[in-house]
Amino acid sequence: MFIINCPYCGERDQQEFKAGGEAHIERPKQPTELSDDEWAEYLFMRKNIKGVQFERWNHAHGCRKWFNMVRDTSNDEIKLIYKMGEKPPVE
Amino acid sequence: MPENFRVKSSEFIDETNRISFKFNGKTYYGFRGDTLASALLANNVHLVGRSFKYHRPRGIMTSGSEEPNAIVQVNENTDTTEPNVRATEIEIYEGLEASSQNCWPNVNFDIGGINNLISPFLPAGFYYKTFMWPSSFWEKYEYFIRHSAGLGKSPKKKDPDIYDHRYVHCDVLVVGAGISGILAAKNAAKNNLKTLLVDEKNELGGSTLFQNEEFNKIENQSSSEWLKKQIQELKDLKNLEVKVRTSVAAYHGYNYLLARENLTDHLEKKDKQNKVRQRLLKIRAKKVILATGALERPLIFNNNDRPGIMLSSAVKKYADFYGVACGKKIVFFTNNDSAYESALCLHNKGIKVEAIIDIRENSDSKTVKSLEASGIKIHWSHTIVDTHGYKRLNNVSIMKLSKDGMTVTGKKIKISCDCLGMAGGWTPAVHLFTQSGGKLRFDEDNKVFLPSKYPSKQISVGSCSGDFKINSIIKNLDLNLKDFLEIKKTDFENIDVKCDSEKSKRNIWLLPSDKSIGKTKPFVDYQNDATAKDIKLALREGFRSIEHVKRYTTTGMGTDQGKLGNMHALGIIADTADVKMGELGTTTFRPPYTPLTFGTIVGRNVGEFFDIFRRTPMNDWHIEHKAEFENVGQWKRAWYYPVNGETMHEAVQRESKAARESAGILDASTLGKIDIQGSDSSEFLNRVYTNAWSKLAIGNCRYGLMLNEDGMVYDDGVTTRLGENHYIMTTTTGGAANVLGKLEDYLQTEWPELDVYLTSVTDHYATASVCGPNSKKILNKIVPDIELSDENFPHMSFKEAKIGNINCRIMRISFTGELSYEINVQASYGKSVWEKCIEAGKEFNITPYGTETMHLLRAEKGFIIVGQDTDGTMTPVDLQMDWIVSKKKYDFIGKRSLYRSDTMREDRKQLIGLLTDDPSIVLEEGAQIVSELNQNPIQMLGHVTSSYFSPNLNKSIALAVVKGGKDMLGKKLYIPMENKTINVTVSNPVFFDKENLRINA
Repeated sequence: MFIINCPYCGERDQQEFKAGGEAHIERPKQPTELSDDEWAEYLFMRKNIKGVQFERWNHAHGCRKWFNMVRDTSNDEIKLIYKMGEKPPVE
Repeated sequence: MPENFRVKSSEFIDETNRISFKFNGKTYYGFRGDTLASALLANNVHLVGRSFKYHRPRGIMTSGSEEPNAIVQVNENTDTTEPNVRATEIEIYEGLEASSQNCWPNVNFDIGGINNLISPFLPAGFYYKTFMWPSSFWEKYEYFIRHSAGLGKSPKKKDPDIYDHRYVHCDVLVVGAGISGILAAKNAAKNNLKTLLVDEKNELGGSTLFQNEEFNKIENQSSSEWLKKQIQELKDLKNLEVKVRTSVAAYHGYNYLLARENLTDHLEKKDKQNKVRQRLLKIRAKKVILATGALERPLIFNNNDRPGIMLSSAVKKYADFYGVACGKKIVFFTNNDSAYESALCLHNKGIKVEAIIDIRENSDSKTVKSLEASGIKIHWSHTIVDTHGYKRLNNVSIMKLSKDGMTVTGKKIKISCDCLGMAGGWTPAVHLFTQSGGKLRFDEDNKVFLPSKYPSKQISVGSCSGDFKINSIIKNLDLNLKDFLEIKKTDFENIDVKCDSEKSKRNIWLLPSDKSIGKTKPFVDYQNDATAKDIKLALREGFRSIEHVKRYTTTGMGTDQGKLGNMHALGIIADTADVKMGELGTTTFRPPYTPLTFGTIVGRNVGEFFDIFRRTPMNDWHIEHKAEFENVGQWKRAWYYPVNGETMHEAVQRESKAARESAGILDASTLGKIDIQGSDSSEFLNRVYTNAWSKLAIGNCRYGLMLNEDGMVYDDGVTTRLGENHYIMTTTTGGAANVLGKLEDYLQTEWPELDVYLTSVTDHYATASVCGPNSKKILNKIVPDIELSDENFPHMSFKEAKIGNINCRIMRISFTGELSYEINVQASYGKSVWEKCIEAGKEFNITPYGTETMHLLRAEKGFIIVGQDTDGTMTPVDLQMDWIVSKKKYDFIGKRSLYRSDTMREDRKQLIGLLTDDPSIVLEEGAQIVSELNQNPIQMLGHVTSSYFSPNLNKSIALAVVKGGKDMLGKKLYIPMENKTINVTVSNPVFFDKENLRINA
């Protein structure tokens, strides 16, 4: 069970949070212009790697804010947390 | 009077406090401080159970939580009895009743013992291999197999005890209160760190507490004397909390640990009353020090499981700590010096040690020399090849080991004895370390797995880190603590420690016998009756992975999780398959370390506290009027209101008719309500619903369908425009929380530029829905100031009004197809407004109806329920609701997906109506629908989603999803049921009032 440092509330227990899948997948601005394959890429394709992964998390039982997390899925180490809209760190 | 096996009095046993207890129905006596195991041994009772598979007689092997054999049933009352408790962990109390498990009719004469005689026919995988054919017979076999298997009996009634959970936060958690744990906790607390020290035993001190060997001295005192002073000093430390009888069950990431604190199991019945029995501690520690010690290994030789065969360290502890001799003629069998320590201690207490059998060629440590001097015979380079005695060991046969340790030679010698202490070396207890994600490395020298990489802020100290000698334990502990706790000094850094050192080692995982292995029984896992033979068989049959061998042979899968024999299993696999143990890896250690009661896991969350539930403000009225309730999500909703002993069917038929013929009233408070404000609210609704919202006039309502980005229907509901920049959205009862979450997600992450604020107001409003042809007349009585004409207050519009002094919002919307008004008031006025409606409706026979009638009425109209008629795979097109999907809007959530090749398939499942050819037959929801009966295999076209008997149409109606159903109007289909086939005809899903005349009636 992680301890997550919510950028708005501070350190809280994982049970207050909800995971929201891979981060930095932007909804296309003009979906109707996309081919089936391009739309499917946005809709379905998500990474699930063993190692450093960029994720979205929501402080569901707290401030209800979404934020980004860089987590090593092999050992659950949280490397970085940053707000929505902020640029991801360069690897 | 049984023989007395108490030796010299022990300081840990209170001999003035005699306690009586029952074992297998017979009364025995012990003393305060005894465990059930020590008290039984003091009464010369070794035989305590039967093994799992062969039903072999088994005795007490250990003195701790690693016990594989002595697991007993506590409490004879079948309602509250508890199975699988280790006799070595039960502290006796007056009135304790325990009995053997896994034997019938009793432990002395067990019919299942026949399995031992036929055991050559019961190899590993026997059940899997034998009961495969014919496969249809498995159900019959299973009955008998399950009957003869199983450990213990589960209680018949609800657990009467109280359990608790508690969160604990500390700077340092120390697990294990042996000498390392005590010194670590003391120095952490002394350095202003908030420290928690836990130990599974009832006394602090671990094995050092009774260590009085002349060769082990700390500051010129015996190590036990020195340690007792340290324990005394713990009492004055303010930052230190000590919990005994507390076993850490699990070690998760981020130093989150679960521990079970046992509070009353050692108390007499009268003292247990109304007290919390066990408490689950949820510990979050900044740093963790594991001082979990080491477990002694048995030796694996032929028939190494007879009652009387024990671990050497257990024989010593029973003598030293409990003052109990485990026999009158004791033999030790060893591959290291620790058996000599045990033998010396017994000898000094006057207990006869017959001989020591050592597989090593020699050892010249001080301990060994001292034992030799006492005249006890040592058989160097010998091994036990067999043991004898069915219910109690009576002799062992030994032979000389060959140089390579693979065979035995020479003459067989028989040694008569009643107890055998095995000393196979020590296994560091790394279970918690690996649970936390730590990786192990194999130390070839000592044949142990040791912690290598720490995954969190933790450290292993003492023998669980591979230090087995007191001088190196203390020296390393001092260095490690300073570094780990970032402290400058410890209070034991310069103490003088003397101890004997072991100079000779020899390890043989599977000891040879003069018989071929096929004719021997060298047990590796005592509890599961897995032998070395089974492991070799698994390897012969092609199993290679240690995890597979474990599952095939069930080695390490008992309640003790193979704490004793797992290392031998690995060793035997490595030797047989000729690989290195380090490369073989280990099986996974999973929580809990020792079994937990279900009570501890659930704590207070039982009965009505199992899950939270939500009640509407009108709930008391529903109860007063004898409503039956159903659970909708966490809500308790009125389901139907039976009068004069009506069945559910009768009540629903009556309620449904009343709502259409005169007036009905429904508590709709549970619908999700989201208040939407901000200058971009209209644009926001445009993006989240499939239809257009910009042109909705203030004061009007509109039905909306919400999709997921994959185009599937997610939720629906009516949204009302209260003002220029103010809407109130309703969602389904079950979907409310998820819809809010989804909307917030889009607002925060995809469209942060929108000026929109969302507030959940579900609990803030109570909603009474009045429907039926007379609803307008009822409303007129309640809100006489409002003009209710269709011109002034048309369908799909809203008015603010006052009922007395109570502000309310009235929406004229309908989920039943009838003229209908939803009255929303502040929740606290919900019940009184509801009662006002009932009062006003009396003359029209207003009938309260529940969710079942609501479902029936909407099904008559073909209105869907998201989650009942949809299942996350239905698009609006599939639901024949194309009319609500805007063609003009450039984008909304899910729009693009409606044009994917898959969502445009003609043969998708589509919503249709079904009418049974016999109008009295009501279909089962979920029933499968087919078009051909003579196919093989028969092709399923879809299933029934909603089905009712409609009193207003006087026939059965159903909604269903069927492949290509849209084009099947009038087609005959079949519903094959268990003993009949029902003929149905596809119809329009709107069954009643197709022209929608009644909403304006």
